Amino acid sequence: MSSQQDDLKETDTEARFEFKKEENSAFKSEKGLTEETVRVISEDKDEPEWMLERRLRALEQFQEMPMPTDWPGQPDLSEVDINEIVPYIRPDIDKRGGADSWEDLPEEIQDTFDKLGIPEAEKNALSGVGAQYESEIVYQNMQERWEEKGVIFCDMDKAVQEHEEIVREHFMTKCVPPSDNKFAALHGAIWSGGSFVYVPENTTVEMPIQAYFRMNSEGMGQFEHTLIIAEEGSEVHYIEGCSAPKYSAFNLHSGGVEVFVGEDAHVQYSTVQNWSKNTYNLNTKRAIAEKGGRMEWISGSMGSKATMLYPSTILKGRGASDNHITIAFAGEGQDIDTGAKVYHNAPDTKSTVESKSIAKDGGRTNYRGLVHIADGAENSSTAVECDALMFDNESTSDTMPYMEINESKVDVAHEATVGKIGDEDIFYLQSRGLDDDDAKQMIVSGFIEPITEELPIEYAVELNRLVELEMEGSLG
Amino acid sequence: MATLEINDLHARVAEEGGERILLGVDLTVESGDIHALMGPNGSGKSTLAKVIAGHPAYEVTDGSISLHLSEADVADVDAELDDEDYHWELLELEPNERAALGIFLGFQYPAEIEGVTMTNFLRQALNAKADEREELFEEEDEDEEEAEADDDEGYETSPMEGPADDGEIGVAEFQEILSEKMELLDMDEKFMQRYLNAGFSGGEKKQNEVLQAAMLEPSVAVLDEIDSGLDIDRLKDVSKGINALRDEQGTGILQITHYQRILDYVEPDHVHVMLDGEVVKSGGAELAEKLEDEGYDWVREDAFEAA
Repeated sequence: MSSQQDDLKETDTEARFEFKKEENSAFKSEKGLTEETVRVISEDKDEPEWMLERRLRALEQFQEMPMPTDWPGQPDLSEVDINEIVPYIRPDIDKRGGADSWEDLPEEIQDTFDKLGIPEAEKNALSGVGAQYESEIVYQNMQERWEEKGVIFCDMDKAVQEHEEIVREHFMTKCVPPSDNKFAALHGAIWSGGSFVYVPENTTVEMPIQAYFRMNSEGMGQFEHTLIIAEEGSEVHYIEGCSAPKYSAFNLHSGGVEVFVGEDAHVQYSTVQNWSKNTYNLNTKRAIAEKGGRMEWISGSMGSKATMLYPSTILKGRGASDNHITIAFAGEGQDIDTGAKVYHNAPDTKSTVESKSIAKDGGRTNYRGLVHIADGAENSSTAVECDALMFDNESTSDTMPYMEINESKVDVAHEATVGKIGDEDIFYLQSRGLDDDDAKQMIVSGFIEPITEELPIEYAVELNRLVELEMEGSLG
Repeated sequence: MATLEINDLHARVAEEGGERILLGVDLTVESGDIHALMGPNGSGKSTLAKVIAGHPAYEVTDGSISLHLSEADVADVDAELDDEDYHWELLELEPNERAALGIFLGFQYPAEIEGVTMTNFLRQALNAKADEREELFEEEDEDEEEAEADDDEGYETSPMEGPADDGEIGVAEFQEILSEKMELLDMDEKFMQRYLNAGFSGGEKKQNEVLQAAMLEPSVAVLDEIDSGLDIDRLKDVSKGINALRDEQGTGILQITHYQRILDYVEPDHVHVMLDGEVVKSGGAELAEKLEDEGYDWVREDAFEAA
């Protein structure tokens, strides 16, 4: 730690801000992700030594691991230049304060908010502009109610400070170790922001916990970490929303989500996300479910240039269960490679995967899934269903379901359908007065209905609106 | 009072070297009248129905399909109209525009649309029709239109039902009309929460087609083999619905059928026989009875002699 930095800690916020700005320009001249960069991030966040050590270890692993290039049908990541990643970190931190006014936001974002029909106050909160305190109030009210029950919900950076022991035990240790894949390693090295949720034993959080308002306003950035711990017999529904396209100079998003589902606990993780079309969205999300625990993943993946995302669940204890519902939408120039992974490591475990994808204007969707049933996981069952819908002959859709079954007393089902939006279906709706666009939209919203019905109403509405906008091709 | 007038209509499958199916059809259907269109398989009846509705799989090579409306038919439209505004050449219009003007096609095999509830579908269809009618009858200022569209967005209702302020027909009003029509057709209210035609039995699908016609109140309804696959009870329900379309809404019906059976319940004012892409014989209800007894051979012979 340099003495200059020590000094700065004593000065006021403004000076620290200035310091960041200086550092920012210095960073830009550097090439590649270096140890110094990682040290500065950790220092900046005033982290304990063990976290810095973890970051550095993750960095080493990141540097050792090769880029994934040889998966069959893998999205092209050749444009992802690791040397360009780091210089982009600082601008994001600068943006934490957000733009000063609505008008300062990129037109694309303003436009999308308008099209989503989001009220002004909400727009401001979502975009991190000005009216942050409005969302703070909402958040504060709910937080008090949770705190009485011992529930913790806070920013991940803050959790490292205030709930150090819990974080130390769970953060990228058992669930998503940095060694998992190159981008998990990258995430481990430079992660920043995110959410921390802790639910004590036998506690039910009735209302969904939403990281909706905080996404942009607190600068969760592109490397946010979400850690959810649901103790025995507890129940929580966590929603990470942000149907707004996250504007950023970045072209890489690499988040991490870790969920611990205790014995007989129930966690639902829902997300509706829409990335700007220049983003590479490479995430690692995993849950571990103990005996009788139940995990549910519900996700809508929109936007991005390429997405590789396979939320996974390890069914560790007897009778644990897992349910995945995913939807992907790929338009022109987009390659959305997403699916689910389930490891049945105990007897009587159950899983279901329901995947829906839509491709248009030459976009590509791929379902890539893995179901692993370990030797000894008898009486386990899994059912995988993936449906793809295509608009035209230029679009493509693939299905790659891998099944590794090492136990004979199991029940395995897989079903896949790929279809083009039927001309007869469109004509039927047209003959009832709907124009071509409305007819297609109706068919698509029907197609994704199993997902929208699982989401709280405001997310369902927004997901539908997003799909509509995507279909009009009016989202930038 | 509306009239659908088909003149010397020629159509073929819309692809290179596509088969010619309609070879000069002449037919006129006025509102309030029931026409039965009969003929053997492959004579072009279903193609005619689809061409009237604007199916893109067929290309019209000659002839015309005109719709003439009366002042009463456009009473709901808030626009000042000249005399010539009541006459439309359907071939120039999209399928949804034809629907908005009052053309309804009852399908022999209706599409099944998963995830779209009957309620949502019917309400959207009604609103779409109302919107389209306004647009067809008056040239709106485009800016104004856009401003209106912006106002339409809201969060108040379930996404399954669309925004509360979307369109012209309110939820309560819609429910009221719907309940009334369903009662008439002896349909269970649970029907409305099911997905459009998905998993419907053959009979339910046909009932649903009639229900849609009842809701959309067309000037002319073309019903393509609405009697196929119905048991006797369902046939009576569907027939009752068709008669009500005529009696209560003054809809003109063009009923395509193979069998006399439905004509016992829906008595036709006119019967036409189609052979090889043309209407070769027309008459009253007695013509259908004769066809039932004697088949089509004699019609073919007559037509051959006449030619």
